[in-house]
Amino acid sequence: MNFTLFVTALLTGLAFVGVVTILAKLISPRSYNAQKEEAYECGIPTRGRSWMQFRIGYYLFAILFLMFDVETMFLFPWAVVMRSLGPAGLISVLFFLFILVLGLAYAWRKGALKWQ
Amino acid sequence: MFDFSIITTWLHDFLMGTCGFAEWGAILTESVLVALAIITLYAVFAIALIYMERKVCAFFQCRLGPMRVGKWGLLQVFSDVFKMLTKEIISMRQSDLFLHNLAPFLVVTASMVTFSCLPWNKGAHIIDFNVGVFFFLAISSIGVVGILLAGWSSNNKYSLIGAMRSGAQIISYELSIGMTMLAMICLTGSMSFSEICQDQYVNGWNIVRGHVPAVIAFLIYLVAGNAECNRGPFDLPECESELTAGYHTEYSGMHFGYYYLAEYLNLFICAGMASTIFLGGWAPLHIYGLDGFNGVMDMIPGALWFLGKTFFVVFLLMWLRWTFPRLRIDQILSLEWKYLVPFSMVNLVLMALCVAMGWHF
Repeated sequence: MNFTLFVTALLTGLAFVGVVTILAKLISPRSYNAQKEEAYECGIPTRGRSWMQFRIGYYLFAILFLMFDVETMFLFPWAVVMRSLGPAGLISVLFFLFILVLGLAYAWRKGALKWQ
Repeated sequence: MFDFSIITTWLHDFLMGTCGFAEWGAILTESVLVALAIITLYAVFAIALIYMERKVCAFFQCRLGPMRVGKWGLLQVFSDVFKMLTKEIISMRQSDLFLHNLAPFLVVTASMVTFSCLPWNKGAHIIDFNVGVFFFLAISSIGVVGILLAGWSSNNKYSLIGAMRSGAQIISYELSIGMTMLAMICLTGSMSFSEICQDQYVNGWNIVRGHVPAVIAFLIYLVAGNAECNRGPFDLPECESELTAGYHTEYSGMHFGYYYLAEYLNLFICAGMASTIFLGGWAPLHIYGLDGFNGVMDMIPGALWFLGKTFFVVFLLMWLRWTFPRLRIDQILSLEWKYLVPFSMVNLVLMALCVAMGWHF
């Protein structure tokens, strides 16, 4: 039943956007103007393409995120059974967390967290 | 406590028995009803939150806010929605049309699926996997793909900068959200939202039960949740004074309306998750030992408790938004990576220690 409802919610979202877009296109006025289709950048004609190389800083954080997110995923199953594992489980997961913190410290030391 | 599953099982039996539907027919009818309920709730809460935001913002700035359309401006949002519907959807000459039209689908669908994860009452939840929290985190991060697509496909420098900022910010703050939720999973021992609420109904709200680590986790969640919704001091992706409108600069009419809808619904979902995981969801306020008081609190329906807590958190987030000035992108990223991530890790260990040693209530 859960999967059925998940698919229902998914289809609801898609159908909602589709139907409302079609509705809006039907009832909205339409006019053509060459200026209207230009990119909106301060009213000055745009210079150059926007599909270009972009600064690397954003990607560095994305790569860092990937590493941390994959590692935190492994903590979820542990958190569920945490109570029954008790202190022994905590000690073994501390090693894992230590490696995680070591990764963050390494990135920090290397200057990956500095915005330049 | 009233159990909403009485109604759903009654409906199922009614469709199967009295109406003589086959199994698949009953499930199909129920799915259509659920879809209608999702759309209705989605629209109602979007309108309520937009009105609330305008009024709260106005009162913080010593203004009255919308007053002209209807009594106290109550019809203002309805007329705005109507206006958006009747505006032309302009397609740009330079943009990548397929991706440009695809992006709102991703954003709205992601927020709608996460919206249906919320537990409204005992037994009144739409999606309730046993890995609920995990599922919630996974689906909510699809929204950022839509934002990045919107920025990239617009072929506009403002949009590109807004989308890149939004991407970096949302994926960074997802880490602390995951960590704080992890801490609360340690306490409840379950990832399913209905079980988390049931556990809090029996044992008391998580924020009280987990005392110090839970309060720290709640504060970190509020900051990170605010950043996830691109709001408040973290509204860099769409800062109107420097980037026009950020990633949705090139969207017009109802296409812009989808982003507006999804933004407010994300605020509601963020607040709803805070109330589910930290403040007990539909679980009423119980004080240990005061049976009469607890009995009276049990009379109030669970949905009212859930909405009350959620709107309390929504008000907190709006307060935050209209109080603090905007940060810079380097400040935002260093706040997350140098402060919130280490703090939430230490907090996770602290919480695990509390649970393992039995130091919680």
